[in-house]
Amino acid sequence: MGRFHRHDDGTEHSHEHGDQPDHQHGDHSGYTTGSQRIEVLEAIFAENDVRAEVNRKAFESNGIRALNLMSSPGSGKTTILAATLEELAGDIAVGVVEGDIATDLDAAKLGGRGAQISLLNTNSGFGGECHLDAPMVNRALAGLELTTLDLVIVENVGNLVCPAEFDIGEHAKAMVYSVTEGEDKPLKYPVMFRSVDLVLINKIDLVPHLDADVDTYIAHVRQVNPTATILAVSARTGEGMSAWFDWLRTFAQNR
Amino acid sequence: MHELSLCQAIAGVVQTHAAGRRVDVVRVQVGALRQVVPESLSFCWTLVRDQADMPGAELELEFVTAEVECRGCGRQSQIASRFSVCCPRCDSADVAVLRGEEFLVTSIEVTEDVTEDVTEDVR
Repeated sequence: MGRFHRHDDGTEHSHEHGDQPDHQHGDHSGYTTGSQRIEVLEAIFAENDVRAEVNRKAFESNGIRALNLMSSPGSGKTTILAATLEELAGDIAVGVVEGDIATDLDAAKLGGRGAQISLLNTNSGFGGECHLDAPMVNRALAGLELTTLDLVIVENVGNLVCPAEFDIGEHAKAMVYSVTEGEDKPLKYPVMFRSVDLVLINKIDLVPHLDADVDTYIAHVRQVNPTATILAVSARTGEGMSAWFDWLRTFAQNR
Repeated sequence: MHELSLCQAIAGVVQTHAAGRRVDVVRVQVGALRQVVPESLSFCWTLVRDQADMPGAELELEFVTAEVECRGCGRQSQIASRFSVCCPRCDSADVAVLRGEEFLVTSIEVTEDVTEDVTEDVR
């Protein structure tokens, strides 16, 4: 693996040293004779971001608001979504992009609730992509009749790391964080927790059975994200869900 | 899995700028607040570079320390922990991130005249 070292300007770097014991740190000129250095200075997600902008324009030209819903596996995203589609049916026209590595189990769970569902399996890459990116969502939009919709919810792949990095053209990001996951998750996965506008703390009906304290969960979210809306809910009992529905209605109408 | 996606994105950027020339070095700047595991990125690069037709391309990583400006106490500080962006002086979470979210290809080194033939696929 590469070797790491620090420069005077506070940066560090690493590279393979191979069979070059004389190689001088800090002087990379003449690294490969005859080669030409090209300044690039391009964000690694630039291509994704261009495609995300295409999605965003597609949403906006149809008067649609788009929400990127993320979480770890098993947090209750799909259960929350099922209750949400039932609540909004006949009121707000919802389309769901359902990201799943291999199955259509979630898409089947969400069917029959008045929403359009576009399933997006991600298992074409190296054993299944761990996130949705903008080009994938773009393909999934072909499965929705955009002109008829008010709100698109993209249910991302269950994962607390990768989805946070990819703009998919959404107008807001939300995540589900269940009390069974442990109170330390915001500190362990700060990038996702910092990226969201809303955190739903789910499964609060289980609090009496756990060594859990919702206030500590909220405090840990606040530590990495001082501005997000935080709502404590139970998708199973319905407790707190009306605040989430209100948030979503306001979001959907804010176009 | 994550680093593999990142390497594919890096290869995409490099290919555009290399425009068919042989790529010798790829320099990538990574902010401390990015969830990048350097060892994993270096390893994944060795897989992706072959597929991306740049088998000799060496990946150099340059790390950028995170820095925040606190809206509470007004001070600028470097962040030692990657878990928290709170101001290390007053513990306020109301901070602006000044540095540490970088993730870009800064430069590449290419060789114009490719003399050695890439091994042909034998089918």
